[in-house]
Amino acid sequence: MDFKSSDTVPGPRTEDQLPHTAQAAVKIVIVGGFGVGKTTMVGSVSEIRPLTTEETMTQAGIGVDDNYGSESKTATTVAMDFGRISITDQLVLYLFGTPGQERFWFLWNGLFEGALGAVVLIDTRRLEVSFDVMGRLEERGVPFVVAVNSFPDGPRYPIEELRTALDLSPEIPIIECDARRRASSRDVLMTLMRFLHSLAMSGALT
Amino acid sequence: MTPPQRKRRRPRPEHVPPPLPSTPPAAEGGGEEGDKKNPERLYVISGADGARAELDLVTLIVARAAAPPSVTPEQAALLRLCLAPLSVAELSAYLDLPFSAMTALITELITAELVQARAPIVRQALPDRSLLEAVMHGLQKL
Ligand SMILES: Nc1nc2c(ncn2[C@@H]2O[C@H](COP(=O)(O)OP(=O)(O)OP(=O)(O)O)[C@@H](O)[C@H]2O)c(=O)[nH]1
Ligand SMILES: [Mg+2]
Repeated sequence: MDFKSSDTVPGPRTEDQLPHTAQAAVKIVIVGGFGVGKTTMVGSVSEIRPLTTEETMTQAGIGVDDNYGSESKTATTVAMDFGRISITDQLVLYLFGTPGQERFWFLWNGLFEGALGAVVLIDTRRLEVSFDVMGRLEERGVPFVVAVNSFPDGPRYPIEELRTALDLSPEIPIIECDARRRASSRDVLMTLMRFLHSLAMSGALT
Repeated sequence: MTPPQRKRRRPRPEHVPPPLPSTPPAAEGGGEEGDKKNPERLYVISGADGARAELDLVTLIVARAAAPPSVTPEQAALLRLCLAPLSVAELSAYLDLPFSAMTALITELITAELVQARAPIVRQALPDRSLLEAVMHGLQKL
């Protein structure tokens, strides 16, 4: 195998190393259609330079597909960006910017099953690209909030009109954000956590 | 202009998460000792044969011994990287290995008792409010 010698593998910078006390991690997925700002959001809140993990999808996996690489004879590489936020000396939060197509999700063991919750990013110019992912999360019982990324040329709908269009029940938060700004992305994550907390309080989380 | 209209879906029964009894809480200390008594406990969630290590993207991997001379260059690189805890996802990124290859490599090292796996805290039917509060507190400091 063509493998770099152990001395040359670049690891985390010293300041990016986790303390030895780090006991466990939790994760949140940031999901949405093509180009809605997933990578941007992961990058703006991460304490480390965002990294990429890849997985190779074999012919069999591609075969079930309708419009993506189905004529290709080679394996497809699917990439996912992620970032990290240290919560305490014991606890670490990871954020995964996940491709919207469900056929990619099974490539990473437990990606959605174990996630505390999800942020669905939407772009008002192309709302429908995030419809499918919301349905998939609902089917899987993954709690989520919706973040409306503010692209300057996108139509601006009142939140309640968006709620109706997205067929979301009244308790699901919908907030506007600018994924390029750390404070804005942080607010989106806080909104998700408050929502999860309210579900925990009401005992409604399944 | 009216936006396009979506139709809500219902949860499918097969996706309702089962209770996960073996997840250690974050606050619990002394993980080392528990691991020694039962090394499988932390990383095997289930499995028909019980042999497959279920490593999550955010399972934290920590070296528990120096690399013996017998290890491959790949294993040595991994052991060097996880002198401090590092997630499977980060290892995959730094070593430039696909997730599946990464989990296979780590599973070998777990079996050889050269690394320890610290299981993630996953979403549960009965959520841990103090965990959510800890995360909120951490985000506030950002
Ligand atoms: N105005 C504005 N532009 C944004 C925002 N978020 C992302 N962008 C831009 O939108 C483009 C796409 O953003 P990405 O973060 O790459 O989107 P993505 O969802 O990761 O895209 P794919 O991985 O290709 O599906 C980039 O040029 C970003 O700079 C935002 O909040 N406001
Ligand atoms: Mg991206």
